[in-house]
Amino acid sequence: MRQTRSVEIGTGLFVLLGMSALFFLTTQTTGGDDFQAESVYMVEARFENVGSLRERAPVTMSGVTIGRVTDVAFDPVSLEAVVQFVINAKFDRIPDDTDASILTSGILGSQYIGLQAGGSDMYLEEGSEILFTQSAIVLENLIGKFLVNSGSSSSDEESN
Amino acid sequence: MRRSFQDIYENSSEFIRTFGAFQLFFLRLLRYSPGILLKRFDLVVKQVYNTGALSLVIIMVCGLFVGAVLALQAYSNMSVFNAEDWTGVAAAFALVKELGPVLTAILFAGRAGTALTSEIGLMKATDQLSAMEMMAVNPVRRVLVPRFLGGVIAMPLLAAIFSGIGLFGAHLVGVELFQVDVGSFWQQIQLTLEIGDVREGIIKSCVFGVAASLIAVWEGYNAVPTAEGVGRATTRTVVITAIAILVFDFMITAALI
Repeated sequence: MRQTRSVEIGTGLFVLLGMSALFFLTTQTTGGDDFQAESVYMVEARFENVGSLRERAPVTMSGVTIGRVTDVAFDPVSLEAVVQFVINAKFDRIPDDTDASILTSGILGSQYIGLQAGGSDMYLEEGSEILFTQSAIVLENLIGKFLVNSGSSSSDEESN
Repeated sequence: MRRSFQDIYENSSEFIRTFGAFQLFFLRLLRYSPGILLKRFDLVVKQVYNTGALSLVIIMVCGLFVGAVLALQAYSNMSVFNAEDWTGVAAAFALVKELGPVLTAILFAGRAGTALTSEIGLMKATDQLSAMEMMAVNPVRRVLVPRFLGGVIAMPLLAAIFSGIGLFGAHLVGVELFQVDVGSFWQQIQLTLEIGDVREGIIKSCVFGVAASLIAVWEGYNAVPTAEGVGRATTRTVVITAIAILVFDFMITAALI
């Protein structure tokens, strides 16, 4: 009887440990969705270049996630990228002249949309469009510009 | 010439026959599984203890060192481009998706699979299984199914423990030894790892659990009932399980990618 008891305790401990490891892996190591909202409203923005922005990317304001990108599409008429994202309905007093820019978290990080509040008295609502947008910074373009600039400045120094 | 053709024919038909018998054996185990789970769960608990709880030490020690060495390798390579924060990500991806399930399954075959095979093989060699049949006790139901189910239940839990402890080992090397910022270490993991990656690891460990337990039980049940035969069956368990797991790993990864 004593032996059965220790077997049962051992098994119980093992299963508990395994379950807690599974729980740890599923909840603590995955970012999952830190954005959870009961009701949301959809907003649209057009960008010249979205870089590597994809669905599920976070939409932040002052660094706090308030929404999530739901769709990235290409408009064949205006030749622009159309990004649709949802914002938690709790935040319903975001001015409609807010500007949206595509930012990168860290040098190798993923891209997200950062909102910068405007000053208008009208607020964003379901279906509204953000007019002021700033495209993603593409590293190659930046390096290209930097090279051109450094090239011209060194030639300036030579002429002096 | 004719003889060698006949040999090839006989060998290949023998292989196909064994393979078919293996499938039927699997179905037989599955048929008895619900009954054992509902009526004789105590037998399954005993086997979860034997295969799972007793394998904990080897799994935890190996997990710790595998995680630590992954972090070590990742750090020394990542620091070349100042991306030390990604040390944890490299270790976590490798552990959760591949090394956790695969290494656990191979260790499981070595620690628990061989024990199952030799136990069942010896039972057969000492005519315990025949004795059960004489008493109208079905040995497949009474002996094989609980051991199979115990392995199937224990394997995913062991793999999860392996990955969890491995992450702790990576934390020890990355954060404590190399002074990677603890916040960015874990935040980077949380940002990069998705729930689908963890799910992939869990699916793999479940499939490997079925494969490893099934092969161990099958080899034991079909061992030649002599000392040499049991020894050979035990060796074959490890070899076949290792091959099967690596092949399955490739197929599951290809299917889920």
